[in-house]
Amino acid sequence: MEPIIQVKSLTKSYGSNTVLADIELEIDRREVVVVIGPSGSGKSTFLRCLNLLEKPNGGEVLIEGRSLTGKGTNIEEIRAEVGMVFQNFNLFPHMKVIDNIALAPVKVRKWSTEQARKKAMELLYKVGLTEKAEAYPGSLSGGQAQRVAIARALAMEPKIMLFDEPTSALDPEMIGEVLAVMKDLAREGMTMVVVTHEMGFAREVGDRIVFMEQGRVLEIAKPDELFDHPKHERTKEFLSKIL
Amino acid sequence: MSDFNFDIIWGYFPLFMRGTLYTIGISVSGIVLGSLLGLIIAMCNMSRLWFLKYPVQGYIHFFRGTPLMLQILIVHFGVVYSILGTTNAIVAAITALALNAAAYTAEIFRAGIQSIDKGQSEAAYSLGMKKWQVMRYVVLPQATKRMIPAFGNEFIVLIKDSSLVAVIAAPELMYWAKAANAQYTRVWEPYLTAACIYLALTYSLHKLLQYIERKM
Repeated sequence: MEPIIQVKSLTKSYGSNTVLADIELEIDRREVVVVIGPSGSGKSTFLRCLNLLEKPNGGEVLIEGRSLTGKGTNIEEIRAEVGMVFQNFNLFPHMKVIDNIALAPVKVRKWSTEQARKKAMELLYKVGLTEKAEAYPGSLSGGQAQRVAIARALAMEPKIMLFDEPTSALDPEMIGEVLAVMKDLAREGMTMVVVTHEMGFAREVGDRIVFMEQGRVLEIAKPDELFDHPKHERTKEFLSKIL
Repeated sequence: MSDFNFDIIWGYFPLFMRGTLYTIGISVSGIVLGSLLGLIIAMCNMSRLWFLKYPVQGYIHFFRGTPLMLQILIVHFGVVYSILGTTNAIVAAITALALNAAAYTAEIFRAGIQSIDKGQSEAAYSLGMKKWQVMRYVVLPQATKRMIPAFGNEFIVLIKDSSLVAVIAAPELMYWAKAANAQYTRVWEPYLTAACIYLALTYSLHKLLQYIERKM
């Protein structure tokens, strides 16, 4: 079966500063790929290229065989199938939690308001926050906000979920509740690409780990292999510093 | 001032009231039309397309860089006359004030929109929203709140500036104050009355905006 995400010699640079150099990667349906590496290695930029929040300078990304930068591509249509969770949640502060979740299904998928609100309540139940439906994002803790953000992305019923350091802005005691939701998702078979510094999560949930440094993919391997027998010197060095 | 004559005010009272209504009408029309145009101009100004961006930047420079009095005269005797074939002071007054206000509100819109964190629009884009939807549902509702004080200032300035259209004989408050001044060759009665009415208008607006800002 065709991979759901295909990344072909993807290159991104700002002026003379190369952020991504010739990235090649294929991701299958139901696969969880965790991207790790030192800060500034291009992990987040890479992830943001997968839904065209960053425009690559060269190469291309295909989602279900459709090139993001192809001529006839309707990027909004593809983005609707690719959910994204951000480090800083980016909830809409002027809307109640339930409206945050229901907005895109109504405006993009053209669902009825009742249908979207029903879906929103189901998702709030899933992330354990039904009692916060009528609250505004400003009153939520970081962990709650991030769980709402995950519910908001899921409301579009995406085929792929991208996570951009979803726990990096959280207090330590709130990281667990967000990771738990992500583990559930992985178990249900969601295709996920996760940029994170949570090595425990990477090892437990990841099907494959991608190690990036200075805009290049240095190593791709199954978690046990990468964590226990890293091939590349730089991978060893990185792991020895953080584990 | 010791011989302050209230009879002059009473005699002109109906005309002052009519003039006040015209002042309100011209100002409200000016700010509403000017804001709509200003939003369009701001969008063009933030566009990456040079043929949208550069003309509106020229527009903003022109209307902020030349006297409003001059713009009123050009619109009245030039633009409106060549389009309608006749002069119409009310149409010219509203048009000139709206065109002028658009240049200022465009900058208010731009500053307000650019003050919203980029993560907000990125989140909206990532959900599959189109550009106009991101603006309409996510960015503008948040930006509007931040723009209220600047808009209030602009609206107050516009009410005061609307007195300039007296030069093209638009029958608003200032026009009747000048008429009374000319008829009776009196300074204090007509001009102090006009000043009080302008002050009442701008002060009520100031209070209204304060209320709205607190409500939001």
